[in-house]
Amino acid sequence: MRVAFVLPLALAALVVAGASFAEAIGDAEKGEKIFNQCSGCHQVGSGAKDRIGPHLNGVFGSKAGDHEGYRYSNSMQRARADGLVWTAQTLDTFIENPKTLVSKTRMSFRGIKNAQERADLLAYLRIYSDDPANIPEAEPTAIGTDHDLDPAILALKGDAEYGAYLSSECLTCHRADGSSDGIPAITQWPEEDFVIAMHAYKRKLRPHPAMQMMAGRLSDDEIAALAAYFKDLD
Amino acid sequence: MKLNRRMFIGTGAAAAASLQAPAVLAAGHGKPRVVVIGGGAGGATAARYIAKDSKGEIDVTLVEPTRTYYTCFFSNLYLGGFKEMDDLGHSYGTLAAKYGINVVHDWAVDVDRDSKTVALAGGASLPYDKLILSPGIDFVDGAVEGWSVAAQNAMPHAYKGGSQTELLKAQIMNMPEGGTFAMVAPPNPYRCPPGPYERISMVAHQLKANNPTAKIIVADPKPKFSKMALFQEGWGNHYDGMVDWIGEDFGGGNVSVNPDAMTLTIDGEETKVDVCNVIPAMKAGRIAEMAGVTDGNWAPVNAADMSSKADADVYVLGDASQQGDMPKSGFSANSQAKVCANAVRGALTGSRVFPAKFSNTCWSLIDTNDGVKVGATYEATDEKIAKVDGFISQTGEDAETRKATYEESEGWYTGITTDMFT
Repeated sequence: MRVAFVLPLALAALVVAGASFAEAIGDAEKGEKIFNQCSGCHQVGSGAKDRIGPHLNGVFGSKAGDHEGYRYSNSMQRARADGLVWTAQTLDTFIENPKTLVSKTRMSFRGIKNAQERADLLAYLRIYSDDPANIPEAEPTAIGTDHDLDPAILALKGDAEYGAYLSSECLTCHRADGSSDGIPAITQWPEEDFVIAMHAYKRKLRPHPAMQMMAGRLSDDEIAALAAYFKDLD
Repeated sequence: MKLNRRMFIGTGAAAAASLQAPAVLAAGHGKPRVVVIGGGAGGATAARYIAKDSKGEIDVTLVEPTRTYYTCFFSNLYLGGFKEMDDLGHSYGTLAAKYGINVVHDWAVDVDRDSKTVALAGGASLPYDKLILSPGIDFVDGAVEGWSVAAQNAMPHAYKGGSQTELLKAQIMNMPEGGTFAMVAPPNPYRCPPGPYERISMVAHQLKANNPTAKIIVADPKPKFSKMALFQEGWGNHYDGMVDWIGEDFGGGNVSVNPDAMTLTIDGEETKVDVCNVIPAMKAGRIAEMAGVTDGNWAPVNAADMSSKADADVYVLGDASQQGDMPKSGFSANSQAKVCANAVRGALTGSRVFPAKFSNTCWSLIDTNDGVKVGATYEATDEKIAKVDGFISQTGEDAETRKATYEESEGWYTGITTDMFT
């Protein structure tokens, strides 16, 4: 099988390429150990199959929810339809907190908060994607900086009354009673999750053109205001 | 009894009295009074938000002649067989029961801006502190040679939800085998820019299943139209050879009709047609003109709060308003209503007034599970409502994306009608 043959070469290339490159994209050897947290559900490497979770060979550059025969959550199917593609950046966001990127994914994993650990894990996973040399270097090096929300943003106290006004724009599509049918529910989310999700849209990490547009013009304070309002909306 | 607005205006005030409008509550208890004329996406939303958020501090009266509101948005899906008429009908009961809105089923026939009163066809007079007009559209007289409202049974416009939509569908279903469906498309600006073309798609869907040798002709006074590339791609993919779109370049704007003979003449060439859907040029619903807030066909407004440029105590929402860059759509009207409601409440009760933010998305269905969308955000400038950012579906998208877009549109329909009526 092709993957099995290519892998040692690719690993060797990474090692030979030198320390600076390995550091920039994370340490694959350390990543292999971190992958132990994933291997209960995910297989990777020669002969890997979909099990509890889909196998992860070739994940870089693939569309989300792309394995034929694997039963993905509705959320993951929607993310696929919205155009989510697994890149170093989107994978990093997903691994940091899966529900930030795909609200109701069945992947029950609390996420990896440490940016370096995520970089290491991604460096390891990257070995199992075809021709990793084609993956732009800009993405891995950006890990841990581009979409780590400034703690000051997360600390903003939302003005719920302003949020109530702003929410009226959301409620043309999303339902105030929290039901979801074709359009996801957004009520009673923890404020932090709401803020992270909206900023992910704002930075176009989370796919969906309408939401990227809507979030794109909201200020940090406005996102905090919406989070403060929706958290208690019953 | 279903009354069509045009028929009704034609039949005069005597018929209006027979509508038995409920008694209007007497004013004079000192609360500020808002009267909203028109219970569609603009008016129902504005009434609901003002009543809900003011928590009884403002008396809200909503004047709407029909007891059941049939949305014009999604009515094409009824033509295509994707929705039932009942799916599109909504009542005003919750607005009255839950929010205390005084819902008056009557026609507003005049506005006296000096005495600040609205005259109803049933004879009552409603005083207001702030008046919100959201009357939708009427048609420009003589816009299509040979067509008038008197001919709308032979050649329906079906551009207001309800009985006209049902009539058009019945005509489509009764077309002879291999017959011709014609549409006279409207000039800009008009309600729901992709609407005529979604309608063509839905008619084609219906005919493909029931009358596959039928033809569709569109006479269009415009050189291009909303989501044109997406529709034309879809017509090619799903209804190849069925739709003949005749744009401005080929005389699509040089059109006359004969409703008695059921003929359509395009650039001098007469064609016998079986169904003729005439969508004439549009203007603001008539009450806006009677209130004296129109300039030409539409009512100019200030972008920051949707107040009329002619009167700071009158607001105009939705299709009737001339606001700038937003398309005339239910989504736009709903968006504008919230900005207006916030401003009106602030003016009457001193509640906080926040900056205007507007948005719109228009979904269209081309065929089963083949949905497309276009949307934008807007802000208020001194001159107008100005576009900030936008997106549009792409040609060549995969089937999953299109299906998700359609499902999203269904979610939106539930969302906006909930936001208007419940």
